[in-house]
Amino acid sequence: MPRRVQLFVTCLVDHLFPSVGFATANVLERAGVTVTVPEGQTCCGQPAFNAGFHDEARQMARHTIDVLSRSNDPVVIPSGSCTDMLVHQAPRLFDGDAPTAGRAERLAARTFEFTQYLVDQLGVTDCGSCARGTATYHPSCHGLRGLGIERQPRALLEATPLTLTPLAEAETCCGFGGLFAVKMSDISGAMLERKLDRIEESGAATLVGTDVSCLMHIAGGLHRRGRDTRVRHLAEVLAEREDAPAAGRIVSRGGG
Amino acid sequence: MHAHATFYRRVEDALATPDLPEKMERATSRLVAARHAAFAAFTDGEHVRDRARAIRADVIANLDRYLERFATAAESRGGRVHWAETGADAVRIVQEIARTGGVGTAVKSKSMVSEEIDLNAALESAGVRVVETDLGEWIVQLARDHPSHIIAPIIHKSGEDIARVMRERLGASAEDTRDPAAMAALARRMLRAEFLRADMGISGSNFGVAETGSLCLVTNEGNGRLTTTVPRIHVALMGIERIVSTLGDLAIMLQLLARSATGQKLSVYTNILTGPRRVGEPDGPEELHIVLVDNRRSGLAGTDVAEILYCIRCGACLNGCPVYQAIGGHAYGSVYPGPVGAVLTPALRGLHEFGELPHASSLCGACREICPVRIDIPRMLLTLRATGVETEGAPAWIARGLRTYAALATRPALFRAAAGAARRLTRLRARNGWIGRLPGPLAGWTRQRDFPAFARRSFQDQWRARKRRAS
Repeated sequence: MPRRVQLFVTCLVDHLFPSVGFATANVLERAGVTVTVPEGQTCCGQPAFNAGFHDEARQMARHTIDVLSRSNDPVVIPSGSCTDMLVHQAPRLFDGDAPTAGRAERLAARTFEFTQYLVDQLGVTDCGSCARGTATYHPSCHGLRGLGIERQPRALLEATPLTLTPLAEAETCCGFGGLFAVKMSDISGAMLERKLDRIEESGAATLVGTDVSCLMHIAGGLHRRGRDTRVRHLAEVLAEREDAPAAGRIVSRGGG
Repeated sequence: MHAHATFYRRVEDALATPDLPEKMERATSRLVAARHAAFAAFTDGEHVRDRARAIRADVIANLDRYLERFATAAESRGGRVHWAETGADAVRIVQEIARTGGVGTAVKSKSMVSEEIDLNAALESAGVRVVETDLGEWIVQLARDHPSHIIAPIIHKSGEDIARVMRERLGASAEDTRDPAAMAALARRMLRAEFLRADMGISGSNFGVAETGSLCLVTNEGNGRLTTTVPRIHVALMGIERIVSTLGDLAIMLQLLARSATGQKLSVYTNILTGPRRVGEPDGPEELHIVLVDNRRSGLAGTDVAEILYCIRCGACLNGCPVYQAIGGHAYGSVYPGPVGAVLTPALRGLHEFGELPHASSLCGACREICPVRIDIPRMLLTLRATGVETEGAPAWIARGLRTYAALATRPALFRAAAGAARRLTRLRARNGWIGRLPGPLAGWTRQRDFPAFARRSFQDQWRARKRRAS
């Protein structure tokens, strides 16, 4: 029986960075996995949850649970932050609602962030990527501290032809934080500037991450500075082939 | 400080303060590096953290019982225990002790509780001269400033800033302020005279030991030892949550406190004080008063934020927090800044006045990771945000925006249509795929970063088309 997974691409990938969704599907398919994209998927509810709007977060989380519970296949998400929402936060949101909490927990148990699924579930690290040049890696906070994702992305990166350079203060937040970046944009901006300085000091031509939200934040800052550092989701790096040229990259994404 | 400036105004001030971000970045990086090195060399450190967490959880869950045991033990050794339900009660109690004892001058070692209840001003108004003896707190007092960190009160000041305070407020010479050693020597000379003159010593307490009624004080300057032993009256202020059960448990906590705070294995001075001077003893105070300060702490018991009472005030979460590193402590507008303060301040003093603090976080989790007792601060920030939305409301653009977003996200066809509208709008505004200015309340984003236009076609639309072609 071939493995099957449901891909939950996240709202940002769906509408802003579709190439990341295709790269994720592509890497999984090449690893022998059949990928389905459940109809009706929208947003996991994290923006509302983090803002303290639990009723709205529950509505969105319940919708997502419905959409992803029509099949019992594992769910793969190219975002540590949305994965953390479905794995750790959503079950707690339904504290007084045992049936929904139960469904949330069953879903949580078969939900994986993309690199977790590749490395821990499939045992894959070499994806046959032909990505070259110098790259550095920014671990996003929710993946790193919420899900303990650290060695998986590194193992995947080390199996590519990329030359990896260290990033000072790599584990310091880039300042994204969802609404935080809008509501408290000055603080967020100060954190971003520090992250951008470290990225530039790394000398890497490409910054790689596993969450498009943080990558969008960082890329937006680099673009404002007029830098041409490429900012890419790890899935895009892994999907790069001689026979399939680089899919979209966030910074030079004029073509969409 | 800026007592009635809003949080945002204080943040603006902080970010505009020349050199503040650089000073904060330097100082906190040093402390975090020292903390990491200390734990890297600490065999079994993770296990000790687990044990310490269990100790704190047990104490907070059974606080009444431990407090009574502590009070009984302390009194049996000659201490006088005072229960202060509010900050005002605590102030009155200390004022009364000073009045009865005919106190003219009081020396103080560091106590965050005394800052919390604004004790110095109250004592001064009662005619007591108060002299801070922790070097940092002394500078704060001289500069009429406020501490910006719970263990490093003048973390926001450089060596040159401190020299300027000494020259301006004390008339210190250039010679006396030429380097840190000279400044420390000047402080020692001046403070030594105060210790000898003082009638009363006021201290905080890092821990109270229930089984023995002992107080534990740690300092790096030795001022705590002088404050608590030279004057004839010692008043120790202690938040009611500072209890540990046994001396054995104290030893566990001490293994973590200094390592987390400064990267030291132990602070230079660790004092365990049990009762006042007894007959035949050569030194120690004639009277020991222990003021147990509740000031709304007991109200947190059994709530979703009770875990913040596990805190042992090491300051590591401040040092490790990228928000604190960027804005410093004063911006929080409260005695307790940083992640612990973003929970503790609104929990104790209300979301009405401090409702923005739980939002001053990207929820990165660095605080939870560095906390010696693994307090889940991000979880409590989220809880307080939700409570704030219920009791205080939220800005209209956020409330309306999120309600609309939820309504759309639960109706996929509408969500797709709305995304289509956003796609057209953003692509119209974008140049080379990026937008330099967003409208209205979203403008904050584009102050420092560009925003990407939506993609030409969504992933799901393209995926569906691909499937149709394939079949």
